[in-house]
Amino acid sequence: MSLLEITNLKVSFDTEDGQVQAVRDISLSLDEGEILALCGESGCGKSVTAMSVPRLLPPETTRLSGSIKLDGRELTTLPEAEMRKVRGKTVSVVFQEPMTSLNPSFTVGYQIAEVLRRHEGLSRQAAARRAVELLELVGIPAPARRVKEYPHQLSGGMRQRVMIAIAVACSPRVLIADEPTTALDVTIQAGVLDVFRDLRDRLGTAIILITHDLGVVADIADRAVVMYAGRAVEQAPVGGLFAGPRHPYTLGLMNALPSAAVDGRLAEIPGLVPSPLSDPDECAFQDRCARAQADCRLSRPPLTHQADDHLAACFHPGGQS
Amino acid sequence: MILRIDNLVKHYGPVRAVDGLSLEIGEGEVLGLVGESGSGKSTVGKCVLRLTEPTSGTIELAGRDITHLQRRAMRPLRRDVHMVFQDPFSSLNPRFSIERIVAEPLLRHKVTDRREVSRRVGAMLERVGLRQEMRKRFPHELSGGQRQRVGLARALILEPKLVVADEPVSALDVSVQASVLNLITDLQRDMGFSCLFITHDLSVVEFLADRIAVMYLGRIVESGPTADIFAGPRHPYTQALLSAAPVADPVKQRERRRIVLGGDVPSPLDPPPGCRFHTRCPLAYDECRVTEPLLNDPRGGGHPAACHLVTADRVPDAALPR
Repeated sequence: MSLLEITNLKVSFDTEDGQVQAVRDISLSLDEGEILALCGESGCGKSVTAMSVPRLLPPETTRLSGSIKLDGRELTTLPEAEMRKVRGKTVSVVFQEPMTSLNPSFTVGYQIAEVLRRHEGLSRQAAARRAVELLELVGIPAPARRVKEYPHQLSGGMRQRVMIAIAVACSPRVLIADEPTTALDVTIQAGVLDVFRDLRDRLGTAIILITHDLGVVADIADRAVVMYAGRAVEQAPVGGLFAGPRHPYTLGLMNALPSAAVDGRLAEIPGLVPSPLSDPDECAFQDRCARAQADCRLSRPPLTHQADDHLAACFHPGGQS
Repeated sequence: MILRIDNLVKHYGPVRAVDGLSLEIGEGEVLGLVGESGSGKSTVGKCVLRLTEPTSGTIELAGRDITHLQRRAMRPLRRDVHMVFQDPFSSLNPRFSIERIVAEPLLRHKVTDRREVSRRVGAMLERVGLRQEMRKRFPHELSGGQRQRVGLARALILEPKLVVADEPVSALDVSVQASVLNLITDLQRDMGFSCLFITHDLSVVEFLADRIAVMYLGRIVESGPTADIFAGPRHPYTQALLSAAPVADPVKQRERRRIVLGGDVPSPLDPPPGCRFHTRCPLAYDECRVTEPLLNDPRGGGHPAACHLVTADRVPDAALPR
């Protein structure tokens, strides 16, 4: 059994314009010690899928169905008081913006210790000692000095490391990282990605990495799920995914990268993503797809096995490379 | 030369954003100005457009010194240089129709005949791939990619000699980015403008730029033809930058030699003495902490880099620390 099992998750939001279907139907699993990338472009539902796990979506306007099981325990129906214990302790989150996720009026040591005292019941001194160890774990030099500093005294890369330290303070089973390096410079990004790799290797933390950057996926992920219009269109170990993408959208994304230019031109994906307000019974990508045929408009292609562990939702998938 | 910048300095109070920078852009040439946050790359663009007053140095546009031109004297020259901004959401006035936004530079430069304005706006919209019915729309009705096309139309309607583009595709999704990059390539080829393309994204400049200048803490550390820089980066910082940008191929990416830089970028409030990069450079030695290296290419035939090892005619390789 997988550590985390998401089955037929559907999430929609009530808005003035109607129900926005952010996640239309997705099933995925995460194994212990695995780094799973959720990738796709803006609005594909990758963040909403991941944030459904710790239930960090606004309860008043969110409608959610399906099942999310962590270690066999259903999270969607868990009382809020129980959920609070799960959040931060079993499942924790690192957000994109290291500038706004820390409280500017407390030292970073205090902010790490707070989590330990609340969730682990550590004493003030024990929590302070552990905070130093955690900063060391995420590769912050001179941690004993850094714990006494305030967020504004740290650079963006260091703040993101502090956020990771807070997120892993209680040794979570699952770490959700939402575009954790997008706001960072590339020379800083490399070091932060190393921290995630290291956490997985040393603590066995399973990581869901939400990213739009295929370079980051290629660098760190074991497996990737490519999302489009609220559904997974392809799911595979990264080796197979990059060597032979089956879904035309995945292939389109890879060919649109500036590094994939052919004769000074980039491959474009024509058209726009479908409206999130409707969900016709057809392939959501068909009107942008060069391979589309009549059957793509008649029903929605299910996610099917193309090879071992390699799934794609396409009636006319590309071949192996 | 369309643009010649000589020893440009821009200090914001104690912040030394640009600290002695020289570059040239020829006719029809695209120069990629690359750097990370705080390198001063955007400040260079602002100085060229005179959106901020340079502290010292000179900026020549098509042979004319514009460094200290008064507002009024600058006005006719604004025909020749236009800017495309990063954020397609905040750089368009939300209360103006697309037609009005694109027509604005014409009106400002006294093209007032309504039929003439309408004709030129129509032609420009077509060139950037926007349908005529977009004229009456407002920015909020457009997608990010469409807005960036409007920004391009506005920048190009007066057929400027120079376009300063500051991260124009960084806020766009990759599939949208691809179409905007293709469009910029086409427009540049057809209209022949020169371009100062400011970005942090190496893959974008590799695609687009004829030449590259790499900035670190307010100065250029290396410059040269794009192919040369990618094939043989000389400055340890350029080497680190190229090695840090992950490639979308797990086999290659995981086998690559990576140069992970220690430490953070020092504050431009107080750049390190000697070589500004020495605090993070795996190859730094005594001299680097004392004297600032100058851009040079001692043997000729290569491209200039500001590194003492290059000056000493050695071949820096940041992946092999001393």
